[in-house]
Amino acid sequence: MSRAGWKVILFMAVCGLVFERPAAAATHTAQLGGTRVVWNALLSGEIDAYPEYTGTLLQEILASEGLSTVDELSVALSSRGIGMTASLGFNNTYAIGMRSEQADRLGVKAISDLRGHPHLVFGFGNEFMDRADGWPGLQRHYRLPQTDVRGLDHDLAYRGLEAGTLDAIDLYSTDAEIAYYDLRALQDDLGFFPEYDAVVLYRLDLAERAPPVVASFHELAGRIDAATMSTLNARVKLAGESESAVAAGFLEQSPGLQIEPGTDTAGQRWWQRLWQRTAEHLALVAISLSAAILFAIPLGILAARRERVAHVVLAAAGILQTIPSLAMFVFLIPLLGIGGPPAVVALFLYSLLPIIRNTYAGLKDIPAPIIESAVALGLPPNARLRVVELPLAIRSILAGIKTSAVINVGTATLGALIGAGGYGQPILTGIRLDDMGLILQGAVPAALLALLVQGLFEAIERTLLPRGLRLQTNALGATD
Amino acid sequence: MLELSQVSKRYGDNHALKSVDLAVAVGETVVLIGPSGCGKSTLLRLIVGLLRPDSGTVTFEGQVLTAASLLKTRRRMGYVIQEGGLFPHLTVRGNVSVMARHLQRDAAWIETRLADLAGLVRLPATLMDRYPAELSGGQRQRVSLMRALMLDPDLLLLDEPLGALDPMIRYQLQQELKAIFDELGKTVVMVTHDIAEAAHFGQRLVLMREGQIVQSGSLKALAENPAEPFVEAFITAQLEPMSRLNAVLG
Repeated sequence: MSRAGWKVILFMAVCGLVFERPAAAATHTAQLGGTRVVWNALLSGEIDAYPEYTGTLLQEILASEGLSTVDELSVALSSRGIGMTASLGFNNTYAIGMRSEQADRLGVKAISDLRGHPHLVFGFGNEFMDRADGWPGLQRHYRLPQTDVRGLDHDLAYRGLEAGTLDAIDLYSTDAEIAYYDLRALQDDLGFFPEYDAVVLYRLDLAERAPPVVASFHELAGRIDAATMSTLNARVKLAGESESAVAAGFLEQSPGLQIEPGTDTAGQRWWQRLWQRTAEHLALVAISLSAAILFAIPLGILAARRERVAHVVLAAAGILQTIPSLAMFVFLIPLLGIGGPPAVVALFLYSLLPIIRNTYAGLKDIPAPIIESAVALGLPPNARLRVVELPLAIRSILAGIKTSAVINVGTATLGALIGAGGYGQPILTGIRLDDMGLILQGAVPAALLALLVQGLFEAIERTLLPRGLRLQTNALGATD
Repeated sequence: MLELSQVSKRYGDNHALKSVDLAVAVGETVVLIGPSGCGKSTLLRLIVGLLRPDSGTVTFEGQVLTAASLLKTRRRMGYVIQEGGLFPHLTVRGNVSVMARHLQRDAAWIETRLADLAGLVRLPATLMDRYPAELSGGQRQRVSLMRALMLDPDLLLLDEPLGALDPMIRYQLQQELKAIFDELGKTVVMVTHDIAEAAHFGQRLVLMREGQIVQSGSLKALAENPAEPFVEAFITAQLEPMSRLNAVLG
């Protein structure tokens, strides 16, 4: 189980705590991507609590403060309005893992032994690649010579290792896969990796709003040791139990923890889940696409009328299109928080370019004699647009909308990264749990929806396209 | 009725028109003729306001054309281009009545006018709901003429109206068009490169070369008293194939 996965389990536990008190009115957002995203959400009050590691706080989030002890950390956190529990009981530090069979063959026992094998291929989780306490620091500390180092999703890395395309990956010491894939966690012989004690972070104002909730967080301290965590991870990852069920089981079987597990989607029937995701996905697509249509068509018209505007608008929309979706989401979180709104805005921005460009091109492609005939008749510009130009550009405009709609349906699956739900939810969970069935539960409806949306716009095109245009594209050819 | 005074127009370094003066009287049919690129189409486009002159003025019915007045004056001009410029998404009825509907003319008035014009240009009433793609080239030009005449303009501007038609249809339409002009008694400015067509329509031919008017008058006047060798050369070049044809046929 990845570190993120552990977070999900504990989050369920935390939600169990929170749901126990309806007055706290908590919502839980299970699939938040990246430590920074969750941290910022906590600071801004989007969420009230989440589990974190002391190592991540010291080495990454608050690295610039030069803190070294947990006490100093506690002080630094409270100055930001954040409280922290004591360690929950396990240290889930990073480790470097190889297949045991290969490690034996190469005689690698500790990380420093890797120096003798410069051609090994490393694959690290995207967070580990960039963190100061990840690969850059590790490479310096051990003077490692490897150059073929790839960043990829942590859960996919296990499969790369198993398939032999990767020789070494980053692990967490409580990962269930260590035993499952017969891996060796290499000894950190030069003492690079810091302590990663699990704690719960919460907003200090939560202690005022819901004191019993905060008290329950503190009750969790020292309750989960490394062996327990590994077992829980294995039950989710290897036995395929749902995270909420495992968390609920753990809470029930822990004497002295008066915590009632929260309800979760796992309790729903598959069609209820599908319906909920479809509704979420459709809402994301419908809102963002309608807004994009209303905004992009006038912009395309303006661009077709003013060449200078065209340069600026098309360039700006083009640049927006090149921003990777995850980066776009992260840009939007400080402005709009997490969940639906930033996802809708991101999808809106991505939907602009095809519509603007096709509106512009559709208007520009109208043959000059037709435009001149309309001008010479004495039609004022607005009437010309309505009566002549837009009807003639309609095919191109609709093609742009169709492109946007299909891209939108696909991109909306990424909305799940920032808690917007939709078909991306099972896809992300499926990737994390290595569960192809779960991935298909999201991917298949998303593909069907894309086809459906395309069909819908083709039907609209058949209705809107003037018959005169369907007859013959080039009505200007004057032949007898 | 129409007066161009010292009108110049250039595209980049290319002088399309150089200080052109031209006056057209009410009811007159003037034909602009000359080789390709002589500026005859540019002149017509300046009159209808698709182009604005770099210098000089165009006066229509006593009023100097300005950007502000163009929208109104265009409605008193009818403009027909070589390939009709019909709107492919509208039917014959839609194309012809588009401006009348914009001006919110009475529906009954529009239908009457449509029927009258169809009779005038001899377009079968059964074609009224056809789209341009469903018409022949000759029919499209008839529709284009109906559209130009819809609001009963004072001035009719035609830019090679028959240029894209094959010779048989062209000959037939020349006869009909002439009859229509005679019947309506409208002021007409027409562009062509064909001297036979020019002579057929025009009381007055205006021969142009390189953005300037070389000579103006009837074909007979041009042939008998050419202002410069170019006039003679232009007429000879167009008449020569005819005389060769006549020689063969004996």
